[in-house]
Amino acid sequence: MIVVNEDWCKGCNLCIERCPVNALEESDTINRRGVRPPRLKEVNECNCCRLCELVCPDFAITVIPEEKKKDVKKPLLRSPVGGINR
Amino acid sequence: MTEIKTAEELNKKYLREGMWPTIFCNGCGNGVVLEYTFWALEELGWDMDKVVFVSGIGCSSRLPGYINADGLHTTHGRALAFATGIKAANPDLNVIVFTGDGDCAGIGGNHFIHAARRNIDMTVIMINNFIYGMTGGQLAPTTPFGSIATTAPYGNIEHPFDICNLAKALGANYVARWTVTHPYQPIKSLKRALQKKGFSLVEFLAPCPTAYGRRNKLGDIKKLWKWYEDHTILLEDYERIMSYGSEEEKEAMKDMFPIGVFQDIDKPGFFEEYQKLVARLMGKNNKKTAETEAVIKK
Ligand SMILES: Cc1ncc(C[n+]2csc(CCOP(=O)(O)OP(=O)(O)O)c2C)c(N)n1
Ligand code: SF4
Ligand code: SF4
Ligand code: SF4
Ligand SMILES: [Mg+2]
Repeated sequence: MIVVNEDWCKGCNLCIERCPVNALEESDTINRRGVRPPRLKEVNECNCCRLCELVCPDFAITVIPEEKKKDVKKPLLRSPVGGINR
Repeated sequence: MTEIKTAEELNKKYLREGMWPTIFCNGCGNGVVLEYTFWALEELGWDMDKVVFVSGIGCSSRLPGYINADGLHTTHGRALAFATGIKAANPDLNVIVFTGDGDCAGIGGNHFIHAARRNIDMTVIMINNFIYGMTGGQLAPTTPFGSIATTAPYGNIEHPFDICNLAKALGANYVARWTVTHPYQPIKSLKRALQKKGFSLVEFLAPCPTAYGRRNKLGDIKKLWKWYEDHTILLEDYERIMSYGSEEEKEAMKDMFPIGVFQDIDKPGFFEEYQKLVARLMGKNNKKTAETEAVIKK
C-alpha cells in the first residue's frame, strides 16, 4: 500500500513514470497546489520496491507493507539500504 | 541496521517538518539528495546531536534548514571554511556539508581545493545541477561545453571542471559521483563517505528543470530525468572504453559523465595528524620538564 501526503506533492509525476510495474496513476482529487497526487491503480502489481518513495523529491510517499494479504509474494518491504524489512 | 522502516517514520525523525514543503521547484533533484542522506544516516545510527550540517548559498545550500539537527547556513562559497572551524573547535562532531556546484567549484573553489588537499575530516555532498540555480541560471564552472545559460545565450565556450577527478588528484580519502535518478548505490556510497576519516566528497548530478533543463531544451521533468540516465556510464565501463574502445566508441564518451567511486583510500585525516603532533610535542615538553626538575634537584 502507498500513503501519499497530498499537500506535499508538487505533481512532478516522477513516481508514476518510474514505477517499474506501472502501478500508479494520477488521482482525481486536486490538492491545494492544483495538482493531482498519485494513487495506486485499482488493479496493480505493486511489489513494495519503494522506488516511488525514494525518488519523490518532496517526501510525499510512504510505502507500507500489506500484512494480511493472502498473496504472500507481495508484502515484502525492501529496505532502501539493502535486504528486506518486514 | 536501520530501526526505522517506513518513510513516514524517517521523516518524523530527520525532517524539520515545520519547514516542509520545500521552496524547491517541481522536479528538482535537491530533495532527493536529502532523502538519500537520511537513509544513509539512519543506517549508521548516529546520534544526531553529534552531527552538524553546513552549507553556503544557493538552492542546494538550503538543505540544512530542512533537517532536524544543528546546521549552519553560511556565506556563498565559504561553507568549507566554516566546517573546518567547527571540526577544529570540536573534533567529536561529524561535519556534513551540503553545497552547490557554484558554491563549491565556483566562488568556493579555493576553499575546496585546500580542504581536500589538507584532508580535513568532513563529508562534502556537492549537488551539481550544472548551473547557478538560485540566481536564475548563470554559467557555473561545471556547466557543460555548449550549454545555454543566461550569461551564455549563444552556448558555453568554456570547459567544465571535473570536481571528482580534481578531488582525487588532491588525495581526498573518498570521492564518488552519482546521479539522483538511482537510489541504491548513492545511499551505500554516502554511508561509506560519512564513515570515512579525512576528506570525503560525494557529487550528485541533479536535475534543475527550471534554470538548466528548460533553457537547454531537455524536455519536461520526465525527459530531463531520463537525460541523466542516458548521459551517465559506470566509471569502470568508461575506463574500459577509453582504453580499449574503437574511435567511435571513444567519441561517444565525449558527452558522458562517468559515475561511481573514484577514490577510496585511508590516509590519516588532518585532525588525526594534529592530535599526533600535539601528543608528540606534549611528550617532548614532559621530558623537558622532567629534565629541568632533575637539574634543579641536583
Ligand atoms: C558573495 C556572493 N556572491 C554572489 C551571490 C549571489 N548568488 C547567490 S546563489 C548563487 C549561485 C549558487 O549556485 P549553486 O551553488 O550552484 O547553487 P544552486 O542554486 O544551483 O543549487 C549566487 C551567485 C551571493 N549570494 N553572495
Ligand atoms: S514523485 Fe512525489 S511530488 Fe512527484 S508526483 Fe509523485 S508524490 Fe507528487
Ligand atoms: S513501491 Fe514500487 S511497485 Fe509499488 S508503486 Fe512504488 S514504485 Fe511502484
Ligand atoms: S532553480 Fe533549479 S536548483 Fe533551484 S529549486 Fe529550482 S530546480 Fe532546484
Ligand atoms: Mg548549481
